Amino acid sequence: MADQAKTIVELSCPAPLPVRDTVLLGHGSGGKLSAELVRDVFLPAFQNPTLSRLDDQAIVSVNGSRIAVTTDSFVVKPLFFPGGDIGSLAVHGTVNDLAMGGAQPLFLSAAFILEEGLAMDVLRRVVSSLQRAATAAGVQVVTGDTKVVEKGKADGLFINTTGIGLVPDGIDMSANRARPGDKVLLSGAIGEHGIAILAQREGLEFETTIESDSAALHTLVAEMLSVTGAIRCMRDPTRGGLSSALNEIAAQSRAGIELDECAIPLREEVRGACEMLGLDPLYVANEGKLIAIVDSSLAGDVLAAMRNHPLGQQAQIIGSVTRRNSGLVTMRTPLGTTRIVDMLAGDQLPRIC
Amino acid sequence: MKYIDEYRDGRIARALAKEISDRATQHWVLMEICGGQTHTIMRYGLDELLPSQIELVHGPGCPVCVTPLGTIDKAIALALRTDVTLVSYGDMLRVPGSNSDLSRAKAQGADVRVAYSPIEAVKIARANPERKVVFLAIGFETTAPANAMAAWQAKREDLRNFSMLVSHVLVPPAIRALLASRENRVQGFIAPGHVCTVMGFQEYESLVRDFTIPIVVGGFEPVDILESILMLVKQLEQGEARVENQYVRSVTYQGNQPAQQILKDVFEIADQKWRGIGVIPRSGLQLRPEYAVHDANTIFDLQLITADEPAECISAQVLQGLKKPTDCPAFAIRCTPENPLGAPMVSAEGACAAYYHYRRHAVTAGETTHG
Repeated sequence: MADQAKTIVELSCPAPLPVRDTVLLGHGSGGKLSAELVRDVFLPAFQNPTLSRLDDQAIVSVNGSRIAVTTDSFVVKPLFFPGGDIGSLAVHGTVNDLAMGGAQPLFLSAAFILEEGLAMDVLRRVVSSLQRAATAAGVQVVTGDTKVVEKGKADGLFINTTGIGLVPDGIDMSANRARPGDKVLLSGAIGEHGIAILAQREGLEFETTIESDSAALHTLVAEMLSVTGAIRCMRDPTRGGLSSALNEIAAQSRAGIELDECAIPLREEVRGACEMLGLDPLYVANEGKLIAIVDSSLAGDVLAAMRNHPLGQQAQIIGSVTRRNSGLVTMRTPLGTTRIVDMLAGDQLPRIC
Repeated sequence: MKYIDEYRDGRIARALAKEISDRATQHWVLMEICGGQTHTIMRYGLDELLPSQIELVHGPGCPVCVTPLGTIDKAIALALRTDVTLVSYGDMLRVPGSNSDLSRAKAQGADVRVAYSPIEAVKIARANPERKVVFLAIGFETTAPANAMAAWQAKREDLRNFSMLVSHVLVPPAIRALLASRENRVQGFIAPGHVCTVMGFQEYESLVRDFTIPIVVGGFEPVDILESILMLVKQLEQGEARVENQYVRSVTYQGNQPAQQILKDVFEIADQKWRGIGVIPRSGLQLRPEYAVHDANTIFDLQLITADEPAECISAQVLQGLKKPTDCPAFAIRCTPENPLGAPMVSAEGACAAYYHYRRHAVTAGETTHG
C-alpha cells in the first residue's frame, strides 16, 4: 500500500485537485457527479429504505394503498422551445417519474419561483401551457406556491412540481430488478429534447426544426403493463441520456447491459446535429422516451404493445442484460467490436475539433 | 448519412482489417497523431479488429492535453478578475491547472463562458464594452484560422476590450521532435486530416525525406483509419517512405490557402511549451506585434505566473507514444475522468480518457489490447 502511494506521488501528473468544496454545474448533470452528491450528501442525511431504492419515484403504503410520490424542479433555459416549454415540461417530467413506477398519476403541486421583472405575459403563457398539459395527462394541479426573488437571482422562472399517483397491485418495478437474459426495450428515437434545447439556446439552425420529444408517457406505460405486470424496471432517460439511465440499472442490479448500436433509433437530424456539435446522442436528454427491462419471453409482446401506442411506434429491443461485465454498460458497434458506454462525470463537453 | 455511413460500414472495415492482416509480415508500430483519431480507435474498438502485428500508439494531438499548465493557470487567474469575462472552448473547463480549474473558478463567481467559436467571444466583447473579454485560444492548425479571424476582426473594429490568451501548437514540429528522440519506436504516422485540410501536406515531405518514414494523411472515421493503416503497412512492407493522402475528400496538397493566409497575417511562429513534453522549437504560434493590444499576455500583468510541469509525469510518455495509458499505475484507480490527475484523462480526445471511457472492460477482463 505504501509502495503504491509512493508511486502515485512520484507520478505527479498535474496535481490532483482536492475533494470538491463547492457545487459545480456538473453536479446537476445527471452523471457521476450528481450520483456522488446523492450518495455523499443526501442519502446519509435522510437515510431510509424507500429513498435508498433511488428510483424515479418513492412508493409508500398508506392504509393498504400503494402511493407513488415524486418531485422535480425545472430550470430549463430557454423557457419556450420547439416542441414545448417549461410549463408542459413540468407536467411531463413529474408524470413520467410517477409512470416509471407503474403509477397512475393523479395530482400535482406546482411551485413557482419568479424573478422580479418577469413579463406577466410570459408567466401567463407558461401557466396556461402547464394547465393544458395537466388536463391532457388527466392530472389535477391541486396545490401550489409562489415566491418572487430579486432580479438576477433566477433565470426568469423556475418551477417545481410534485406528483402523487396510485400503483396498482401486482406491479413492482425497480432499477435493481434486471436479471441476466432480460431484454432492454426503448420506446423511440433518442436525443431530441437535448438537441432542440441546445439548438434554440445556441441559435443553431438545421434544415428541419428539431422538436423536443416532451410528452406524458403514462398511457404508454399502462399499455405495456396490460401485457404483463412482470416488467422488471422502467426509466425515462432524461438528464444524462440513455447512458446514465442504463448505467444506474446496471449498477443497482449488479448486472451487465449489452447494447446493439445499430438497434438504437436515432433521427438523422439529431444524429447530424450531434456529429456537428461533437456530442454523443447516448448522453443527450430525452423527455418523452422510456426504457423497459423485460423478461426475454415477454419482450416480443411488450414491444408489440409499445408499437401500437403513438408514443412507442419506433420502439426497439436495443440490447440485453448479461452476467458478465457486471455494473457496466457495453455496446456492440457496427464494426462488431465492443466498447463501454460510460456514465459521464459531468456535463458532456463539446469537443474542440 | 452521406460521408458518414460508408466510413462506418462494418463489412468494409472487416475487409480492410483482413487485408492489413494478410499484408503485415512483421510487427509495425504506428502512431495516429490526432486525439480525434485516438477517440475513433477506442470508440469503435479498432484494436480488436487489427492483427497482433500492428501496434498502435497514440500521439500528442489532443490540443487540450498539451496546453501548458502555465496557460491554464493564467486563464484561471484572468477569469477570477472581476473585470474579465473569459471565453473558452468547452473541454478546457475541467482541465486541471496547478490548484484549480476553470469550472471551479466559475463556481467561485468567475465569469467563464463556453463558446463554439471565437467569433462568439468577439460578439460578447462588442456587446459588453465595460468587460475585458479574453478568449482562450488553444488548439492545432485546425482551430488557429478561426482564432486568427477573431483577432483580425477585433483589430479591424478596434475592439480594445477583446484579447486572446494564445497557446497554439503545430503538428509537423512535434512529429520532428518525436522522430528525433532516441527513444522513438514509431515506424509510420497517420497525419491529422483536419490539420491537413487547413495546411495541406506539403510540410510533411521534409519529414519523410529526413527520417525515411511513411506518413499517411488520415480521416477520422473507422474506415478512414483502417485504410490509413493499410496504406502505411503496404509502404512499410515494400520498404517505401512517402507521404500519401487517404483523406482525399477533405485534404488537398496545398490546403486551404485563405486560411493559411490569415494565419500568417495574425500569428508568427514561436517556440512553444507542450504540456507533459516540454518546449519544442518553432512549434507554436503567437500573435504578431501589431496585435499586441489584443494579446492577453501583453495587456495583463501575467508575468508572475510560471508553473512548471513535473518532469517525471507519465502523461509525457503517453503523449509521445512511449507508454499506454494502461501502463500507468494510477489509471482507472486514482486517475479517472471525475478526478483526473492529468490532462489526457480530461478531454474526450485524451488517450487516457479514450481508454477509460471505451476500453477498460477489455483491460479488466484480461483481453489486453495488442502491443
